[in-house]
Amino acid sequence: MEKIGEQTIKFNTPPTILECAAIVGPKEAQGPLAKYFDQTLDDEFWGEKTWEKAESKIIKETVSTVISKAGISSKEIDCMFAGDLLNQCISSCFGLRQLNIPFFGVFGACSTFVESLMLGSICVEGFANKVLCATSSHFCSAEKQFRFPLELGNQRPPSSQWTVTGSGAAILSKSGKGPYVTNITPGKIVDMGIKDANNMGAAMAPAFADTLISHLVDTGRNPSYYDAIFSGDLGYIGKEIVIDILKSKGYNIKSNYNDCGVLIFDKTSQDTHSGGSGCACCGTVFSGYLFKQLREKKLKKILLIATGALTNSTTTQQGETIPRNCTRN
Amino acid sequence: MDPLESKETYKQYVDKKSPNSPILKNCFNAFWVGGLICSIGQIIFNICKERGFDTQMSGTIVSIILIGIVAFLTGLNLFNKIGKFAGAGSLIPITGFANSIVSPAMEYKSEGHVMGIGGKMFTVAGPVLVFGISTSIVVGILYLIFNAQSITLV
Repeated sequence: MEKIGEQTIKFNTPPTILECAAIVGPKEAQGPLAKYFDQTLDDEFWGEKTWEKAESKIIKETVSTVISKAGISSKEIDCMFAGDLLNQCISSCFGLRQLNIPFFGVFGACSTFVESLMLGSICVEGFANKVLCATSSHFCSAEKQFRFPLELGNQRPPSSQWTVTGSGAAILSKSGKGPYVTNITPGKIVDMGIKDANNMGAAMAPAFADTLISHLVDTGRNPSYYDAIFSGDLGYIGKEIVIDILKSKGYNIKSNYNDCGVLIFDKTSQDTHSGGSGCACCGTVFSGYLFKQLREKKLKKILLIATGALTNSTTTQQGETIPRNCTRN
Repeated sequence: MDPLESKETYKQYVDKKSPNSPILKNCFNAFWVGGLICSIGQIIFNICKERGFDTQMSGTIVSIILIGIVAFLTGLNLFNKIGKFAGAGSLIPITGFANSIVSPAMEYKSEGHVMGIGGKMFTVAGPVLVFGISTSIVVGILYLIFNAQSITLV
């Protein structure tokens, strides 16, 4: 592991993403990526009494799915990184408490999945043989914590995004045949003063652009080096803004760039406005869809940049955005 | 142009880039749904009057019936769909107020009856109550000052 340029880390023995799993809720099951997920749920409760319990169950089941798919026992996992949107990361803590694996709680809002992968990769390059990374989010529990009760008859502005119900999990391993995590670029905190909590795409887009440019400069690559570049969940508005910003900085990413929040829902039939968001957005799209594309070699080199908007439920102020960035090929 | 030149330019750029709510459509829906709700209220009012209730009592009965209907529709998960369609049309009449109390009560039921339902029931309606009641007190004091004479007459 060595640092290259300003903020990128290059792995000398790149960790392999051994296996991924994703479970999603009923709305995601109607979306265009439905067939890529391991399991889709019929209702938001999944037999539990509360949404929080349901979210814990989703992450628990996703993790046991990924462990059994990888054909290993949970004792082989040296540590795990997990997080979600709820206060104190309770979904992850309650969902994973029976696993008996050393646990690091991670909070990076929508960027949690990529942040976990980055920290996990560093561990694998260091002491660990196998590391588990998992995230979850739940539309109902997130609305309850951050916005209004679901039964309240209000209107969502066109720039708002829809929190993905589901969970994505991945196991990183020291040895394996790939796909590999070759470089990671932790992003800086970028705050361009957007205060509208219903326009997260606009708040996060500058952070995405900043991290992408730092990554390209550090590695000496062009956007065309990658088969595809994905953002975590900027949504439709954020996606357009990013293309504009990068154009003004002299980078053209229009041809090979897309967004996980745009991919997971069908905007016209599902009424999700600007697209998907939440920890599970990037988590399930990567674990379900992108990982399979990499494994089947349909995509060889991808750059995944997840961004998180730190919306605080007390102040409802969109303060800063924390972008995270992770490359694999 | 570089949208990231300063926070100000970025804000202007984002405002231009973000789609606006469909105001005309929203206003139209709010107008006819709000009008419909008020008409239903008026019909109930007229029926009450016919049955011999006085004006004040009829008004109270209208409020109770509308609140009851909306609480029921909220419980059936139907009122949020009406609210999404009609916006202010269903929010401004007493229907919106009823919905804003019943919906957190339902949402926080899982946290128990006292701290859940009891503690969170007014999270949405709270500000309306605080400022509504505060305003009525201020208006009352002003009335007292400027109409002191008429009050003493009473």
